[in-house]
Amino acid sequence: MSEARLLTNTNSLRRNVAVGALVREREHTDTLAHKLEAKNFNFYYGTFQALSDISMVMREHSITAIIGPSGCGKSTLLRAINRMHDQTPGARGNGQLMLDGQNIYGPETDAVLLRRRIGMVFQRPNVFAKSIFDNIAYGLRIAGWHDRKQLAARVEQCLRQAALWDEVKDRLHSSALGLSGGQQQRLCIARAIAPRPEVLLMDEPCSALDPIATLKVEELMLELRREYTIVIVTHNMQQAARASDETAFMLMDPATRSGQLIEFGPTNRIFTNPQDKRTEDYVTGQFG
Amino acid sequence: MITQATNYRRRKLVDYGMRGLTIGATVLALIPLVLILSYVVFRGAGALNIAFFTQAYEPPVVGLDGEVGNAGGVLHGIIGSLIIVGIALIMALPIGILAGVFLAEYPSNSVATVVRFCTDVLSAAPSIVIGVAAYVLIVQRTHQFSALAGSVALAVLMVPVITRTTEEILKLVPHTMREAAMALGAPKWWQTLTVVLPTAMSGIMTGVLLAFARATGETAPLLLTVLGNNNVSVKLLEPMAALPLLTYKYTDTPFPAQNTLAWGTALVLTLLVLTVNLSVRWATRSRTK
Ligand SMILES: Nc1ncnc2c1ncn2[C@@H]1O[C@H](COP(=O)(O)OP(=O)(O)OP(=O)(O)O)[C@@H](O)[C@H]1O
Ligand SMILES: [Mg+2]
Repeated sequence: MSEARLLTNTNSLRRNVAVGALVREREHTDTLAHKLEAKNFNFYYGTFQALSDISMVMREHSITAIIGPSGCGKSTLLRAINRMHDQTPGARGNGQLMLDGQNIYGPETDAVLLRRRIGMVFQRPNVFAKSIFDNIAYGLRIAGWHDRKQLAARVEQCLRQAALWDEVKDRLHSSALGLSGGQQQRLCIARAIAPRPEVLLMDEPCSALDPIATLKVEELMLELRREYTIVIVTHNMQQAARASDETAFMLMDPATRSGQLIEFGPTNRIFTNPQDKRTEDYVTGQFG
Repeated sequence: MITQATNYRRRKLVDYGMRGLTIGATVLALIPLVLILSYVVFRGAGALNIAFFTQAYEPPVVGLDGEVGNAGGVLHGIIGSLIIVGIALIMALPIGILAGVFLAEYPSNSVATVVRFCTDVLSAAPSIVIGVAAYVLIVQRTHQFSALAGSVALAVLMVPVITRTTEEILKLVPHTMREAAMALGAPKWWQTLTVVLPTAMSGIMTGVLLAFARATGETAPLLLTVLGNNNVSVKLLEPMAALPLLTYKYTDTPFPAQNTLAWGTALVLTLLVLTVNLSVRWATRSRTK
């Protein structure tokens, strides 16, 4: 989404925040447990430092939005949480990034087991060249589900949650590659939530979706919030304002090109009363 | 508006010219192929009869008029080729595919560099060299020409083809698909087994077919290993007949009836490769769609 199309009207943002607050029925998140916590976390691609000194928390049963201009390291931070960079030569993190108090980059942490607790939806849909059913069952089978009936029931439930069931119920066993881009993305969401991960990471999950599907995904997030911890990267200011409890604003340091956390706090405050001039410029669309 | 660009006609002409060139080159490449194939069909079709498929070698019976009577068939060759190539495939398939997986999934590994270099050398090696190696290492040591020695030689020829196509095809599987599996908590070997390999299956099969076709037509290594046999034999540790050997042998005889057998054998060889090719393609297609 182009920067120019970001909302320039603060008032309408405030209105959205007000609506969002009603939907969320929740103003204070301070009391919630810290599911994820970054303390002075740095991330490097070889010699290039992509993230510097990130400190923030992601609370249990809440939705944390990460916003910021392209290239500021949002995806890097999100992918660092479930160690998707492990296969990238030269990529490494240091500092602390904790899941339930255990360091994700600690020597005792097994990345495969970690990823079973942390699901992920990627920026671009990445379905398997398998049937729709098998796509969703993939994570379930890894988690040890083998009973056909239970599998079928869970697949249906997830497809319904991802607002895809009606479109695919008649062709569950045909290839997922035959779906449209937006349908594929919703399939990826269904696939990610199927094994019931504790944390769900979403990297711009709605960038390929139409407004109706986008709203459905947001409803789904609010519903999932009861059970899970959700972290979402988005370029859509309204989405962050509508559907998140807390917001982190990131920016690339002009000198070092590494990503920094500029401001982190309750979404309401970030959008209505930002403390940093740069946050205000960004959320009101006066940036760059 | 759109058609008024000044160089529109020139662009159109260049487009036609280029298209003409590519079509011309394709036709040129196809001419010898079509000629050879149709000549093989023309000469070989006459040899195909029931005796051809049901009998083994029969000594030529020369009648009083100088005509050769009973020419026999090539059943021993068909069975021999299927056995020899089949066993070679059983040996080459797992080695080739696993090596290909290794090269694709662990590419920047010093062992991988060595393996890749060796495969390249091996795939460029003339088949007679492989035959000589099998002769020295197996036939001479066991003091016995054998079908198994031929299978080993053919397997050595097939492995590099299978390995390199598997590697190339696996590299084409989008990285994002592996990421999706990884994010669902799949260990690397499980990702490879359940996502990467099935996605690449039809491509890998193409490589296997190439290897199969190459091995089925190989003559030189078989001359030095399986030797040939005039009878139907299924004993792996003894000399065996094979279709390419029969083509070679029957082409080089003074009896026209046997020359005809040679053409028939060539036709059967071609049809065998074609049928296997088409059926495997069909089988893998219906599975991935
Ligand atoms: N695999 C990689 N190797 C080297 N540098 C990388 C790699 N991936 C990302 N980067 C760099 O890290 C920085 C942050 O990238 P990242 O993908 O996290 O940005 P982003 O905030 O998600 O951007 P966008 O909004 O466009 O998705 C960029 O400068 C990018 O070029
Ligand atoms: Mg990104």
